[in-house]
Amino acid sequence: MAKYLMLKHYRGAPVPEGFVPMDQWTPEEISAHMQYMSDFAAKLQETGEFVDAQALSPEGTFVAYGGEGKPPVTDGPFPETKDLIAGWMAIDVDSYERAVELAGELSAAPGKGGKPIHEWLELRPFLEAPPTVTD
Amino acid sequence: MITDEALRELVPAVISVLCRRGADFAAAEDAVQEALVESITAWANDPPRDPKGWLVTVAWRKFLDLVRSEAARARREERSESLAESGAVPAAEDSLELYFLCAHPALSPSSAVALTLRAVGGLTTRQIAAAYLVPEATMAQRITRAKRSLAGKRLNRNGDLASVLRVLYLVFNEGYSGDVDLAAEAIRLTRQLRVMSNHAEVAGLLALMLLHHARRPARFAADGSLVPLADQDRSMWDTVAIAEGVEILQTALARDDVGEFQAQAAIAALHADALCVEETDWTQIVDWYDELARITDSPVVRLNRAVAVGEADGPLAGLAELAHLDENLPRYFAVEAHLRERAGEVDAAAALYSRAAAAATNTAERDHLTLQAARLNSSRS
Repeated sequence: MAKYLMLKHYRGAPVPEGFVPMDQWTPEEISAHMQYMSDFAAKLQETGEFVDAQALSPEGTFVAYGGEGKPPVTDGPFPETKDLIAGWMAIDVDSYERAVELAGELSAAPGKGGKPIHEWLELRPFLEAPPTVTD
Repeated sequence: MITDEALRELVPAVISVLCRRGADFAAAEDAVQEALVESITAWANDPPRDPKGWLVTVAWRKFLDLVRSEAARARREERSESLAESGAVPAAEDSLELYFLCAHPALSPSSAVALTLRAVGGLTTRQIAAAYLVPEATMAQRITRAKRSLAGKRLNRNGDLASVLRVLYLVFNEGYSGDVDLAAEAIRLTRQLRVMSNHAEVAGLLALMLLHHARRPARFAADGSLVPLADQDRSMWDTVAIAEGVEILQTALARDDVGEFQAQAAIAALHADALCVEETDWTQIVDWYDELARITDSPVVRLNRAVAVGEADGPLAGLAELAHLDENLPRYFAVEAHLRERAGEVDAAAALYSRAAAAATNTAERDHLTLQAARLNSSRS
């Protein structure tokens, strides 16, 4: 039992071969892609492995403490930031192998021409609760 | 009014009664959960004198409702009614079969854990979901699938005890800290199992749990940070739990049928026996790790053994042991850092603590290791 995050990047992940941006797909191709994603989430719900799925706006703001009695300082967005998270899916699975299998499956979502996009997803384990038995 | 825990203790026995009367496990389990829900309102005004009898009656009625709503109703109902008349309510000991079924080797570990907590532990799906930090719908689905994959399997006294022990150990060792105290729940279920099975490893597992649970008040500081065994305030250890764990272990070991859990419990008992860390009998602990390595052949055991050798024979001996092991083992660098620090190699130790922190699989350990690196780094400047 281990939780993993499958991170989807707007930017910062390796670019798959033959990458075509989504705005150059046909509406049907986009719709098929969305359907695949929601079917995938539904399947994980059915297998009892689903934890969470969220998408993020590409636009964000950096916020920091502004000092005693001052409002927080905001900055950005920084278009040059290398890494940009598009969203994630969190899963709870029995093994690392299962997590890799699922990430591979999610990356097979159809894109231009209905072919799998081979998108690189970043798989990150959650830090767990400490085990009780350590000696 | 019956306590929640006493109520939950009745759950496996009631499921067993229904199964013995001819209900299949999945339907029996659902029916008992429904009866539990009904008990909350029904008992508030009018608590029954015999809660178990009440649950059996109501759960059986729920089961019959389920059966009636199914297609093959006539025949099954007739069979069920006739079966119902034959059975007296058996004692709680009879739920051993339920432990076996819920930990069936056909189930994945997470499914077996979820099903055991529900059908044997009597927890609700919501409680189990909260304890494992997953959505309730996910946990419900996991339980449903587990029950489906057990379809056609009968309650059986010749189950796989080792699987049951592994499931209970998982509940104990990998519990998050939610509303439900999974460690206490694992102890309760193992205690109940020990009444039904006199296998030495059941006693060994219970002793292991009690001895580790006894340290819990000392394991975390007020700020939530992890306190390693050597630094724990031993006056905070639960002496009652230790005494019970040691006694159970001694009785088990006397039967000369040693197994993994007894060996682990023996190590925990030797730690429990030392009033301060300096009094620890590391030589005996090394012997028990040898025994454990013979039983399990686990590299993690050999890593822990290297720690014990480092204490028994000095850090250089520990490092020599470590040299035989794969550095990809979890906690390898944490162990090396500790041994190097004791050997006086402060710079190397500081770097290794940082490296170990980056590789830690839980936040408590990561923070502890970062603290060790910071302690050494600031002592040099």
